[in-house]
Formats: sequence, structure tokens, C-alpha cells
Amino acid sequence: MSTDATASAATTRSAPARRRRRGRAAGALIVALVALVAALAPALPLADPNRTQPSGRLAPPLSVGHPLGSDHLGRDLLSRVVWGARVSLVVGVLATLLAMLAGTAVGLVTGFYGGLTDNLAMRGIDLIMAFPYILLAMLLVAALGPGLVNAMLAGTAVGLVTGFHGGLTDNLAMRGIDLIMAFPYILLAMLLVAALGPGLVNAMLAVAVVNVSFYARGVRAAVLLLREQEFVEAARAVGSTEGRILRRHILPGIAGPILVFVSMNIGVMITESAGLSFIGLGAQPPTADWGTMLADGRQFITVAAHVAAIPGLAIFVLVLGCNLLGDGLRDALDPRLR
Amino acid sequence: MLGSDDAVAAGAILRPSGRSCQDGVALPSRAGPSYTRADRMRRYLTHRLFSALLVLVGVSFVVFLALHLAPGDPAQVLLGPMATPSELRNLRSQLGLDRPMIVQYGRWAGRTVQGDLGRSIMLRRPVLPELARRFQATLILAGGALVLAFPAGILLGVLAATRPGSPVDRLSQVVAMVGISMPAFWVGLLLIIGFSVKLGWLPGTGMYSPAGDGGARDLLGHLILPAVTLALVPLAIVSRLTRSSMLDVIAQDYVRTARAKGASETRVIGWHAFRNTLVALVTVLGLQVGYLLAGAVYVETVFAWPGIGFMMVNAILTRDFPLVQGGVLLIAATYVGINLATDLLYAVVDPRVRHVH
Repeated sequence: MSTDATASAATTRSAPARRRRRGRAAGALIVALVALVAALAPALPLADPNRTQPSGRLAPPLSVGHPLGSDHLGRDLLSRVVWGARVSLVVGVLATLLAMLAGTAVGLVTGFYGGLTDNLAMRGIDLIMAFPYILLAMLLVAALGPGLVNAMLAGTAVGLVTGFHGGLTDNLAMRGIDLIMAFPYILLAMLLVAALGPGLVNAMLAVAVVNVSFYARGVRAAVLLLREQEFVEAARAVGSTEGRILRRHILPGIAGPILVFVSMNIGVMITESAGLSFIGLGAQPPTADWGTMLADGRQFITVAAHVAAIPGLAIFVLVLGCNLLGDGLRDALDPRLR
Repeated sequence: MLGSDDAVAAGAILRPSGRSCQDGVALPSRAGPSYTRADRMRRYLTHRLFSALLVLVGVSFVVFLALHLAPGDPAQVLLGPMATPSELRNLRSQLGLDRPMIVQYGRWAGRTVQGDLGRSIMLRRPVLPELARRFQATLILAGGALVLAFPAGILLGVLAATRPGSPVDRLSQVVAMVGISMPAFWVGLLLIIGFSVKLGWLPGTGMYSPAGDGGARDLLGHLILPAVTLALVPLAIVSRLTRSSMLDVIAQDYVRTARAKGASETRVIGWHAFRNTLVALVTVLGLQVGYLLAGAVYVETVFAWPGIGFMMVNAILTRDFPLVQGGVLLIAATYVGINLATDLLYAVVDPRVRHVH
């Protein structure tokens, strides 16, 4: 295993460390395999994932021409699982990046500029005034249309605005995040989908928006620690601008924690977007999406259980791979968090 | 005390509670000598109640806004495509839709506080009784999952922590990893396929048999599979958190001291060590109860359990907004209430918390 060579010598001998490295390698292997198959999907000798064949409905696995069987419309399950991997990976990665960019922007800036208002009354007012934060993001998405680029613009805009003002804005943004976090996770995603309408892009947006707070919190905490370090003070003493300090001194310092968040978050994103598709709020037919396939297969579990079981297995394997990799990365990058 | 990796892991799976950083467990440094114990507790309570109330107001505003941002004009929907502009204008003013948004919110909030959540468009019934009925079903399901997940998770975590590297320890780690990686909607389907379709042991859908007597026995049979499915994630998180938190505590000096003075292992683990993992467990209990209520969405959909999550999915798909609004508001309010209860429980298990302010 190639990752063994890179592991630190100090931990080589302990059994748990060895197991963790094995887990990390297994995770990396799973994710790499799924990514490779997904990338090569158009070139692989597979049936058209959307070609229906009424005569060959619900074929069991290992049938001629259908290695994993076929669904209720006679579509090849192997092909749909492979093409579904593309959807899951793209949605999972994009939603994670989206949440990471917006969340990091907010966390970076609020953590750096800080501003303390412990006063109860102040915080009460802050909370009331925090609404424009969410409102802004939702309004921007609603006004511009649910495009990926627009959502990124909205997130970054919020981060930049709060960043330039610091102090009170920091408080406002944090109260906004409190508010987002006050909602149960899935509920907020569902509420967003309800407002935007069902669809793959909207489901992805919803999952991303809900996760912005997660990054903003984590990044803010990391920045708060870094801000007090001597090298930041030194940079300030030699006259670096705040933008330069943020870019050159703070950002590299939080890159590790961000990577850990991302690797641990991506599996959740994949599960959640598949879940939204499963309950009918995400990808719409005939898209070959694992969540939608599972929902389709549900009606036939008495006669052809594999139609529902196989896409679910695919989700499980990919998410397990991501989580194993994430756990391993966290151990490697952040020894304190063991 | 709280294993930070598990805090991250828990955060990755669920949203942390609505508590802000400053509201968390605070250190005793700012305790003023002039306050009595009861005084401090009272101030802490007031502070927490006030913040919870503010969050509730915020939540209601967001819920209200979501409805307003949703595409579609209610007047147009009610009157149909043949309505003339003047008819639309009249109805809008009749419904108050031409008033400023804040006025509309005020009216809506006022009605909500009085328990009037409007009428469901699809069911043509008031929202509130429907919510109450559905919420009861969700509470039964969440309660079942909680009863399964917590004792089993704590036991597994304690056993793993007291025997590091043993098969039990490795089992706990596999359970933790697999538990958080399996999508609940898939596990539910597998259980239905296995125990309901193939073996025929347990019912796979609904809360009661159509032909049954509607008794507790019938309910329990229907509850088992969904409760097991829903219990999986909390079980994984609780066992993992208990394990890491126990490992931290066992390494402390006072545990060594307790052993040195000859306390039995049962007493060391059960009394000295376990009590100090309670703060972490209370945190996760609060988070998990929130998860169980909201995470029931998938499980309820798979098992056609007539709870609030299943209702919400259908309400969103049919764009039945009064029902969606009521459901979100109810769950969010419960969630805020649970966070509040969690914070108050902190004060019970960890005396340091009472010294804030």
C-alpha cells in the first residue's frame, strides 16, 4: 500500500495506527475506483442507461446482457449505476465546494476581524438583525435563478460583505449561522427545496447552503486561534495589508482543517443529495441517479429486490470510501484530533 | 473532555445545535463572588430562555419568508387563470397580500401564536390537529429508536474503551464507520426485503395493520423495523463518543488515584469515569433527539410511517404550503426546546456551567 510509505515513522509500529492507514488506503482505493469508472462511463462498453426494453423488465442479476439485472422499464442496472456515480460524485463534490467556499469566506473574515459583544441585549438585537443574512442568500438565489454560479456568487457576496465590515457584521453573520443551525439539517434543506421547487440543482444548492454554516464555524474557530499568533503580529508590524495577511498567513494555516472538513463532509453531501432524490425532491426521472433508482425500485421489492438494493449498495460503498478516506486524512493532517 | 474528533464527526453528520460559541460550556473564571448559587442559576436560566425565544422568532420569520419566496401568487391560484386584474387586486387586498411584508408577518405570527396555523390545501382540514396526530407518530418512532440506540451505544462504547484493541473495540469502530456510511433509506429497504418480504416476520409498512385491533402489540410489531433503522446513526455516534470520551477520562490522574486507593474496577469505571463522560453524552443526546425527529423523514418515507416527516415530504411535493409551514415550525420549535433542555441538563451534570455570568 503506497500510503504506508508516507505515514510518519513514529506511528508505524502501533496496531491501531496500522489499521487506520489500511482504512485510509481502502477508502482512497474505493473513491479512486468509483471516480475512474464514472469518468470513463461514456467509453465503457455499457448499454444506454436510458434505453427501455419492455420485454426484458426486472431481469435478475447475472442475466444475459444485464450483469446486474434490469429495472422496471428494462433499463440496464449496471449502466445506470455507473452513470449514477457521475451524478452522485458531481453533486457531492460541487455541493461540498460550494459550502466550503462560502463557509470559508464567512468564517475567515469573521474570525479575523472578530468583535466581542457578550452583552445579552446586544445579542438579542443581533439575532433579530441576523435575518437579512439568510434572506440575502435566499433572495439572491430566488432572484437570479437557481444556478450554480449564482449560488457561489451569493455565498461569496455574503462572505465579502460581512468581512469588510467586521465587528457588528461578524456578530450578525454568526447569529445568522446560529439561526441556520437552529433548524434540523434535513428540514432546512427540505424547506429550501420547497421554496425553490424540486430538482437536482436545487437539491444540491439546498444541501450546500445548509452546510455553509458548518464551514463558517470551523474556519472561524481556526482563524481565531491563528490571529493571535506572533507571525501574524510580525506581518502586521512590517506593514502588511490585512488582505495580504489573510491571503499569505491565515489562509495557508487553515488549509489543513478545511481539507479535513471537506473530506469528512463529502460523504454526508452524497447521502443527503441521494436522500433528497429518494424522497422525490432531487433528481427527476429519467436521470440515472442512485437515490431516484432506489425510489423507483421500491415498488418492486416483492418481485425484484435487487432493483432497489443495488443502487443503495453503490451509495453505501462510495460513502464508506469517502468516510474512511476522511478519517485517515484527519489523522494524517491533524494529529491532535486523534 | 469531549473528544474533539467526535465533535467534528458528529458535526459532519448532523448540524450542531443552535447554540452559539459564546453560549457553550463556559469556564468558571468569570464567576462573581457577589452572587449566590441560586442567583447564578436564575440568571443562567433567564439568559438561555431569552435566547431560545429569539431563535424561535427568527425561525418563524424564516418560515414565513420561505413561503413568500416560493413562486406563485396565492390570489392567482385561488381564482384560476380566468381572473381579471381587478378581481385579483380585490382578493389580494381582502387577503392582506397588498400590505407591507412586516404587517403580513405580524398577522400570521399573531394567528400562529393563537394556534391557528391555517388550513391544509390538499386535506381541506385545519393544519394543527393534523400536525398533532402526525407528531405523535413521529415521537413514538423517535422514542423507539432512542431506547434502542442509547443503552446499546453506551454499553458498546464503555466496553470498547475499557478493552482497547480487543475484538469489542474493533467491533465498535466498525459499527461506528458502517453506521454513519449506510443511508437510512437503504437500510430500511433491506430490512423490509429481509424481514418482511422474504421471512414474513414483521410488517414493513404503516403503523397499524388495517385489520388489526389497533392495540399496543400491533403497534410494537410495526415499530421494530423503522426504529432499528432510525437507531443506526445514533448508535454509531453514541458508541464512538462514549468510547473516546471514556478513553480521555480513564487517562486522568484521579482515575489512577481511585485505582491506587484500591477501588474496584467496577467502581472506578462506573462511578468515577462514567460520570465524567456524562457531559459529552448529554450534548449528544440533545443532538440526537433533534436528529431523530428530523432524520425520521427518510425512515418514515420508506416505512410509510404516518409521522410528520412523511407528511412534510408529501406536502412539499403537492405544494401544500400551510402544512409545510406548520410542520417546519413545529419541528424547529421542538428542536429549540430540546437545545434549551440540553443546556439546562448541562447545568445539572456539570456544576461549572452554573457559574456563567
